[in-house]
Formats: sequence, C-alpha cells, structure tokens
Amino acid sequence: MSERTERSEGREGMPSRHSMSEPTERSEGRAGRHGMSEKTVVRPYGDTTGDGMVQVSFTLPVPHDKRAEGAAVQLANKMGMDPAMLVHAKPIGDGFTFFVVYGRVNHLVDLAKVQVVERDFPLLSAKEVNAVVKRRLRRKLSVVGACIGTDAHTVGIDAILNVKGIAGEKGLEYYRELKVTNLGAQVSVPELVEAARRERADAVLVSQVVTQRDAHLHNTREMSAAFREAMPAGRRPLLIVGGPRFDESMAAELGVDRIFGRGTTPGEVASYLVHALLTDTNKRVK
Amino acid sequence: MTGKLDLDPVLVARARELARRAGRPVVELARSHTTVSVERAVLRLAGVTGADPDGIPWVNRLVDAVVADVGLGHGVAVPVFDALTREQITDVTLLAQKAAAGSVRFEVPSGKAATAARRAARRAVGAGVRRIDRRRAERERLVRRFGDPARRPWIYLIVATGDIYEDIPQAQAAARAGADVIAVIRSTGQSLLDYVPEGATREGFAGTYATQENFRLMRAALDSSSKELGRYVRLTNYASGLCMPEMATLAGLERLDMMLNDSMYGILFRDINPIRTFVDQRFSRQVHARAGIIINTGEDNYLTTADAVDEAHTVTVSQLLNEYFAHEAGLADWQLGLGHAFEINPDVPESLRLELAHALLARELFPDAPLKWMPPTKHMTGDVFRGNLLDGFFNLVGTMTGQGILLVGMMTEAVVTPWLSDRDIALQNVRYVLGAAGGLHEDFVPASGGFIQQRAHRVLGEAVELLERIGDQSLLTAIAEGTFGIMKRPADRGKGLDGVARHEADYYNPATEILEQSA
Repeated sequence: MSERTERSEGREGMPSRHSMSEPTERSEGRAGRHGMSEKTVVRPYGDTTGDGMVQVSFTLPVPHDKRAEGAAVQLANKMGMDPAMLVHAKPIGDGFTFFVVYGRVNHLVDLAKVQVVERDFPLLSAKEVNAVVKRRLRRKLSVVGACIGTDAHTVGIDAILNVKGIAGEKGLEYYRELKVTNLGAQVSVPELVEAARRERADAVLVSQVVTQRDAHLHNTREMSAAFREAMPAGRRPLLIVGGPRFDESMAAELGVDRIFGRGTTPGEVASYLVHALLTDTNKRVK
Repeated sequence: MTGKLDLDPVLVARARELARRAGRPVVELARSHTTVSVERAVLRLAGVTGADPDGIPWVNRLVDAVVADVGLGHGVAVPVFDALTREQITDVTLLAQKAAAGSVRFEVPSGKAATAARRAARRAVGAGVRRIDRRRAERERLVRRFGDPARRPWIYLIVATGDIYEDIPQAQAAARAGADVIAVIRSTGQSLLDYVPEGATREGFAGTYATQENFRLMRAALDSSSKELGRYVRLTNYASGLCMPEMATLAGLERLDMMLNDSMYGILFRDINPIRTFVDQRFSRQVHARAGIIINTGEDNYLTTADAVDEAHTVTVSQLLNEYFAHEAGLADWQLGLGHAFEINPDVPESLRLELAHALLARELFPDAPLKWMPPTKHMTGDVFRGNLLDGFFNLVGTMTGQGILLVGMMTEAVVTPWLSDRDIALQNVRYVLGAAGGLHEDFVPASGGFIQQRAHRVLGEAVELLERIGDQSLLTAIAEGTFGIMKRPADRGKGLDGVARHEADYYNPATEILEQSA
C-alpha cells in the first residue's frame, strides 16, 4: 500500500477536513473490522482510509448567486455529504448554475449486503465474440432478424443489427463472424420461417414495438409455434424477441429462448448468442 | 496548395483523376435511373404538400398511384400534369387526393398532350426552384446583415431531445453559448422511412424527426437568435437515407444552411441499395448546389468501424470520391464540408502526431473546402476526465490544421445524450483552445521529411493504390466487396431497391433539367 504517500500528498491541499472527519471515521472503521468477515463495511476513499470523501457535479435551474450556492450545499447535505465543500460554481445558459462539490459522505457500504442481478452469460467484446465463433463453429453464425406482423417499427431491430448500432455500439452486422440477414418490417411468420430455413439460421431475432391489444404477445406466440411446427427441436434456431414492453421473465410462456427488454445493446445480444449456442453447457450447436 | 506537407502535385493530380475514373460509371448510372424519392422531390417542388389522415404524405400517395398505372420509368411529372389537364384542376395536392381515392387514371401522353404536360410541369417545378432561390438570397442578405462568425473553425453543436419545442430553447442557449452551427439529430431509424413525416413533432427516438415544419420552426428560432447575437447562426439536418432528395428539397425551401450528405454512407451503414443511393445522391446534391447549402460528408464513420491508422487512406479515397461527385453535381468548393475524424486510439504511440498528419493531409488536398472535423467517439469510454482531455487535443489539432467546421466533442460521449453542463464544459474546452492557440496554424510547419510529412505521404500513397484497384474493377464492385468500412454491399441488394427504375426513352424530370441548366 502506498497509503502514506497518498496521505502526505493529500494533506497539503485540504488539511482541515481530516481532523474534522477523524473521530467518527475511527469508530465506524472499527465497526467494519469487527464484523463477520474482514472489511465488509467500507466508505469512499479520498486520500485516507475511512475519510468518506466524494466529489459530485450537478446543475441547478437557478441563476448564480449566494442563494444558488447555498442551495447546492443544501442538496449535497441531503445527499449525505457533511461537510460539503462547494469548490466551483459557474453560471451556464440562462438561469442555470453548474456546481462541483467535494465532501465527506456519512453513508456506509456493507459489501455483504450488496445485491446484483448477475447476467447469466459473460459480456464479450466484438473481438471475443468473433474469436469464439471462429474457434467453435468454424463457419459464420447465421442470424435472421425481422419485425413481424403489422409492426413497421424497425428502430429496435435496426439498433441491434445495423452496423450503425445504438449509443456508439456497433450492431451485429459489424461482427465479422456473424452473417446477418435483416428482413426489415412487416414480415409474415411464414416468410420468417422460410428465410430462417434458407439462411440456415442459428438464431432468429424478432423485434416488437407495437403493443396494441397485446399484438406483441400474440405475434411472438404465433412465431414460436410456427418454428416448433416447421422444424424438429434439435434443428430449430434460437428464438429471441425484443421490445420495450416485454416482461423478460415470460420467455418460457411465449415459447422463445430469450426476451430482451428496453436498453438492450447489440453486445449483450451477441454475447448471449455465443453463450447459448456455443459455450453454455447446454449449448445448442454441438 | 499551402505546401506544409510537400505533397507531390503529380500524385495529387493522379489521385483526382483516379477518383474521377472510379466515379464516372456511377454518375452514368445515376443519370439513367430515377427513384421514387427523386420523383417525390419533383412533386414537392411542383407544390404538393401535406399528408393523408394516416400521416402518409400526398407526394407518396401520388407517386404510388402513378407507378401503379404507368410505372416509374417515365418520371411522374408528365403523367401528373397530363392528368391535371384532363381532370381540369390546377391544384396538384388536390389531384393527389383524388388519385389516392382511385378516381384518377394516369397515362403517358404523346404528341401535343405530352408537350403541354412537359411545359406545365416545368412551369410548376420552376416556381419551386425559384422559392429555393429566394431562400438562398435571403440567407445571403442575413449573413451580410448579421455577419459570419469572427473566426474559423465554426463551432458546430448538436441538439436532440426528440421534441422540437424542447430543441428550440436548447439550440438558442447553445447559440448564445457560442455555437455557430446547430445540428438537430434525427430520430433513430428515420433514414429507413420511405416517407418524410409531416408537421411539428414532439416524440422521437434519440433524436427529433426531420419534417418541413420542424425545419421551419427551428430556422425561425435561430433567425431571432442571429439577430440577438449579431452573427448568423446556421442550421443543419440530414439529407441521407431513403428520402435524401426530398430532405434536400425541404432544406432548400426552409433555408437550412448545411446538410449531412455523403455519397456512400447509406449504402455502407444503413444497407440501402447502392443504385438507389447514388441516384438519390446526385439529385440531392444538385438541389444543395442550387440552394447554397454546405454539405457535410461522413468519412468519420469509416473510422468508427475500421482502424483509424490502418484505414486512414480510405478516408482520403472517400473524400476524393465525394469531391468528384459533388463537383459533378454542381457544388462549389466552399460547399464541401468533407469529413474526417480524430479517432486514433490514444494508447497508440504518437497518436497526436498521426492525427496532425491526417488532418493536415485533408487540409492540403482540399484547400478551399470547409473541412468538417469530427471529435473522438470510439475511444470515449465513460471516463469523462480523460474524455475531456482527448477533446482538448482534438480541438488543438482542429485549429492547428485550419479545419473549417468543428463538431464539439462531449466528454459524456457514449454515456448520456449531452446535458446542459456537458455542453458548457465542452464549449469551454473549445473556447480555451481556440483562445490560447487559435493562430498556431501560422507557426505550425512540420519538419521537412519528418514524421508528419512522411505519414501524410504514406496515407496519400495508399489512397492512390486503393483508387487504382477500384479503377480496375469499378466502384460498385469495390463497395460490393467491402472496401469501405468493411461492409459488403452488392448492387442488387439492400433497402429501397424496389423504388428504383431505369429511365424510359421519354423520361422527363423538369427539376433535373432546370438544375442542370444552371450548373
């Protein structure tokens, strides 16, 4: 640990806060150390263990004056920062002020109580996806995508499939080892099944945005039934639907392998494909 | 040529000649085909406006009706104006409504009827082109009155809330904070809509729909900002996707000042059919030329998919092709916002010197073009502090190499759509760099035979090699084989192909006729 050096460097800038924060820090630090396992309770680290120092920046919709600065400190206090040091305030736009606040938070983090929803597959980069496909499959992985029924909203399927992608992340077309066939909007279920057969699809991606009269659920059931009817279980492509109004836990009920909801990125879909088809113990392509 | 790179003028001339050779067959293709969107643009110039109760524009309904009766290959102008005479009405929008109801039959007239229909079509479209001319004159007047920005590069800033009424105050605030050019990002996926939505819109996906009414509202708002600020604030939108010719036309009619308009972007990144794109491209550029609009090309996009060092020469090749297509369509050098970007991985040793070499190469190859300089996106990771530094270096390269239009980089790229504070921090970054080093390009002369010169020569050399390869096999083949941005796009595939038709012997397009006469 280079704690000593950090501390001595830190001191020069802000001597006062350390003395202020020390007493409480001690007792809480001890509580953490005497817990069940070692160091399950932690606080943010500025330059001294347990100092609880954080930095935040935000904008308030008020013109810059004394009262605005007071308002920023009040907000910081409510966020658990005490003492809060307003280090920067600057008027921006008309009637807005930008603030930077440094301060000590009185919140503790109990690592033992941290709950995260674990993705059940690892998130891979495009490079890693390509490498796995190349190594395990020795051919391109074929993906067929479409908006089915009367749905003409290709926003979702295009965000996942088009090179352009979404939010700076490239779509599946960008992956060298994926062969993408995007059928676009208003594709009928028989057309989709036929295209999947023709393209020897390993996976079929269906996007459903329109939800009037539960169209997205009906269409998905119709699609999964059609695939079940047309192909034996072992030859059926992985069926994936996506859309902003789906409940991600309804996959079994709708007869599909996976549902992706709002905010899904192409990388997540690609990682899931590789997981479900190639690397999972119950993988589909043997 | 300013000569900081000591480029070989013979090699530069050869590069241009090769670009011309690669592009010429594509121009021939564009001259012998039309598309539904070109024809809809003609009808917009002829005065068809509005949409049916389902929001489908009357131009779409009218073109569809003509195509159903006589096909697309004759052009719609003559069948439409012939029907107008037979129906004895003067309002083309009314004709569209009747056609949509199925009460009008379209024919391809011959003889006197054909001559009369041509004359009437040309008169109506001519009136539309004159409206564009008036808007151009108006811009020139306003620029004289309010003035241009005091320095280059012009500062280009994006707004994109999805709601035009939210965009307007944001755009005005951005202008007040120093933006010279405002771009309104389009709703995700609009490029693949085969119609232009109508009216003011308040809901979009990660952007605001481009509509004629939204154009008008934003231009009016920026006119009042221009007056307030004493400098003409420019407005940008997108002439790309399936409705490119109509977007260009609407931009001309509503006095937009710049349009994103790349010769190959739709093909490579949106999987739009190559022929559809090149036909639509040529028409849209002819309109831009007439309207005095500055185009922005999209070379920056190649570098977001391909490696910015290894593939630097594909940017140069694309710039040369874009220049050829632009000149051919009648655009002047001052209208060519050729694109490139600061996308080299910052972990690559000497990345800044490489960026300087590439940026200076573009500057010297196209000395009279207002180059569009695009900020880092690929290596913006969410580490906003590092991102802000990277943007600072981007701004520095921009001013050291005399770029014309600088798209302001956001440290929150890839994190959130820019917040008010992100924009303020980004503009502060630009102001600092331009203030501290705005004249540095005068002193910045790379050492003769040094790293920067050598790198620039190498990229130009690789560009010429690539153009030679394209020349041997044609541009369409090169695109089909994945030469640009690694995407393979065959000419017989892609979206919008069913909206393309080869000209029949009697094809007539009054807009093209007028625009080519002026060129």
